[in-house]
Amino acid sequence: MSLVSVESLSKSYREIRAVDDFSFAVDQGEIYALVGPDGAGKTTIIRTLCGLINPDSGVAMIDGLDCQRKFESIKPILGYMPQVFSLYPDLTVTENLTFYGGIYGVVGEDYRTRVEYLYRFSNLKPFADRRAQALSGGMKQKLALSCALMHQPRILILDEPTTGVDPLSRRQFWEILLELKKQGVTIIVSTPYMDEVARSDRACFVFKGKKLAEGTPAALPGLFEGSLYFCDCRPTVQTLEALNQVSNVQARRFGGGIHVYLRKDVTLPDIATELTRAGFDTGGFRPIRPDLEDCFIQLMEES
Amino acid sequence: MLKLRFLAHKEFRHILRDPRSLAIVVVMPIMMTFLYGYAISLDVENIMIGVVDYDNTPESRQLIDHFYGSAYFSKPDASPVDGDPERILLSSEAKAVLIIRSGFARALHERSDFSLGMMVDGSDNTVAAAVQNYSSAIVSKFALDQLPVDIEIPGITISTQVLYNPDLKSSHFFVPGLVAIILMMISALLTSITIAREKETGTMEQLLTAPVTPVQIIIGKIAPYIGLALLDGILVLVFAKIIFKVPFVGSYMLLLLFGLVYVSAALSIGILISSLVKTQQVAMMSALVATLLPSVMLSGLIFAIRNMPPVLQGLAHIVPAKYFVTIIRGIMLKGAGLQTLALNGLALLALMGVLMAIAAKKFNTRID
Repeated sequence: MSLVSVESLSKSYREIRAVDDFSFAVDQGEIYALVGPDGAGKTTIIRTLCGLINPDSGVAMIDGLDCQRKFESIKPILGYMPQVFSLYPDLTVTENLTFYGGIYGVVGEDYRTRVEYLYRFSNLKPFADRRAQALSGGMKQKLALSCALMHQPRILILDEPTTGVDPLSRRQFWEILLELKKQGVTIIVSTPYMDEVARSDRACFVFKGKKLAEGTPAALPGLFEGSLYFCDCRPTVQTLEALNQVSNVQARRFGGGIHVYLRKDVTLPDIATELTRAGFDTGGFRPIRPDLEDCFIQLMEES
Repeated sequence: MLKLRFLAHKEFRHILRDPRSLAIVVVMPIMMTFLYGYAISLDVENIMIGVVDYDNTPESRQLIDHFYGSAYFSKPDASPVDGDPERILLSSEAKAVLIIRSGFARALHERSDFSLGMMVDGSDNTVAAAVQNYSSAIVSKFALDQLPVDIEIPGITISTQVLYNPDLKSSHFFVPGLVAIILMMISALLTSITIAREKETGTMEQLLTAPVTPVQIIIGKIAPYIGLALLDGILVLVFAKIIFKVPFVGSYMLLLLFGLVYVSAALSIGILISSLVKTQQVAMMSALVATLLPSVMLSGLIFAIRNMPPVLQGLAHIVPAKYFVTIIRGIMLKGAGLQTLALNGLALLALMGVLMAIAAKKFNTRID
């Protein structure tokens, strides 16, 4: 049986359907990523798992216990890190850790060894007496993670832990997550970043409250339909517009160039004349393998 | 229990590090004590009174000396000692004129009934009321001084009798009631702010997923404020005793007992407010409107409830401060015991129970 399972979850805020008939399951020891843009419904799903929201319908279960009715029994095995920094800004690093240790019942010798361990991986020891509000974004997230890990939870649920954090800190943060996974911790993490999805075991694309696709980071790009070319030209508005005029083509800015999606059963020679007429040199179109982001964008536009 | 200690400890740190909370805890009680004790004083001293003495005897002059000798009355600068009393009232700064008809000395010796006249400027009714009270006190004291101790029936009638606060000092009246206001402020205002702050900063989200029950969260949060509220209460009582010389006749234990019931009611209001609002700002405004105003206006602290329109009188029944003001005045000034205060005590207890039940029911463990 899966450690975490969500069955046809739905939740609306007034007319907006934040989560729509959403289901997924996470196995013991997995890193499961919920990927999607802002407002996709990731936070609502996570908060339901953490017993903070009552869904309109559907069930969320952790370790065989209902997250709405039996949440008190789930608390000891769950570590949660909300999206907004949710530690006490006026308390120091140590004080925050002591407080969370205290309410999770980690005290005395247990607490001391645990804090030493947490300081080791977070590198926060030199800042032990600094107030949380004076920490950098990356350090704040590491402190929040440390507090969530105080009681050695079996399941860690993280809501966009790396949003607004510099790339180096992001990488360090993920190294910690991979280390935790080795220790057998099950991790559910939401993120808007595709490079983080690549480091998860399985990922789920979330858009407008619905599940678009689910799979391993290696398998997900295989869902891309049609073919993809990289056009090595400056991605100006005019160029993009001109490309989108060509039938069966969709163009998107991608870094310094343009990704050109060709619909299924359409090949580059099929549209070569049209492209030439629009002023493009087909020689500048290089076929590439679709990645996670290409796949996500295609799924998003189809939905 | 251990978890409560951590919750309470954390709360203390928040208070110590938040200048706003600290100001409310430390500065406000002191400020309010002096404001109510000194500035909002209904005491009237040095009222100018003129005198028209038709008796003109050693006794009548002695009575006049008694008046001017007291702190309440003084001679007008331009002092017309005889003539038309009304002219004196109009022409001088005098707020009242004492009229001693002839026959005063004889009546005093014969112990027959005698009535002195006092013409009072009613345009300032506070002064007018004070003149009536003070002058009858002076006259009766004078009469008693003149008579041998064994004589039981004084010849001059005393119309007003002032008990418990014989000097009619308004600080004696205000300062005990002030304890009620300050306890309410600390308990309701700070509690509502502290829970709203956890919501505003998002820390409540984390706290609710930790293995602590809502009851533990609430108790851990309010325990420090109960302590602070009681400390502030003691602070005001010490001021009352040392600076305003307010007597404390009754039982300290009884006051503490009722104080705890009252504080619990106030804390319940605070928790209730914080359950209904999302930000500290709104919590503060709501708490002020829901506690400070009714506690000052509808508790009988300043305005007598029986003189209010029926709607406000009805509303006053659900203001916890109304009962506590009566209780604390009863204990401090009259030395009232449990029996005398039973009705007010029970009403307060019932109010606390209802408020607690509502607060507990409304406390939300969900964040949407």
